[in-house]
Amino acid sequence: MPVIDLANPSRFLTIVNRLLPWLTVLTIILFVIGLYRALNAPDDYQQGATVKIMFLHVPAAWLGMFGWGLMSVAALGTLVWRHPLADVAGKAAAPIGAAFTFICLVTGSLWGRPTWGTYWVWDARLSSMLVLLLLYFGVIAIYWTAEEPGRGARAAAVLSLVGAVNLPIIKFSVDWWNTLHQPASVFRIGGPTIDPALLAPLLIMALAFTLLFVTLLFASMRNEILRRRVRSMRLLQAQELAEAT
Amino acid sequence: MNLGPHADFIVAAYAVTIFVVAALVAWIALDYSAQQRILGDLEERGITRRSRRKG
Repeated sequence: MPVIDLANPSRFLTIVNRLLPWLTVLTIILFVIGLYRALNAPDDYQQGATVKIMFLHVPAAWLGMFGWGLMSVAALGTLVWRHPLADVAGKAAAPIGAAFTFICLVTGSLWGRPTWGTYWVWDARLSSMLVLLLLYFGVIAIYWTAEEPGRGARAAAVLSLVGAVNLPIIKFSVDWWNTLHQPASVFRIGGPTIDPALLAPLLIMALAFTLLFVTLLFASMRNEILRRRVRSMRLLQAQELAEAT
Repeated sequence: MNLGPHADFIVAAYAVTIFVVAALVAWIALDYSAQQRILGDLEERGITRRSRRKG
């Protein structure tokens, strides 16, 4: 089947309906394994057991950024190719990405208090992550308050593309500025600096969170397609009523 | 499993994550039920999508 066929919302719904049960089961299995490994991972020699927060904080941070990256690609699809599913994907990804960014900020704050002695500091990494959450709120507000969905979609797409500038700032903030937040310790030249006993559960949890993100995204895209069907049917009904009177 | 002197912070981090994910899952599931119910109601009243109409 050509990839372009997936652009058909009805075909997409058929595929998603088939995929969702499998994705759900796989996500649950990965979380069971990941949580077991995470909760039984050894303590860090400096941080002690608080390192267990890393298994939530780091995947949430990655997915908060991944969500915006996805929205930026979807924004190109909306503005350039007017792909029927691009806007659906962008709108569906926003609340999910915002939720993961929120988890990242809260768990980071709870990790920071025992590690740094403070819940919050206005350093470049923390501040740019907070900006990402505010940008998510902006896109969600545009999508849910626009009177004309097409216009709202274009405005949200523009904000998604502009906001993408923040992604490299988040990633490289720890290198460009002197931050309290530690530099990259997984994706770095020279390989990860984390001990394999902690890295393995982290990667399993990251995979589990990624599958959760994809599962929720597909389910949310399905909802959005149905919502648009409801809207078009109501418009059609109103049009017919207007013609009859 | 000994969570050490900062157990409250670890438990709070896991509790917040579980709560946010559960809320997200519940919202998406409830939204799906609502959209399906509305579509069912519309179709029951004879309103169909243009692409489903014959002739």
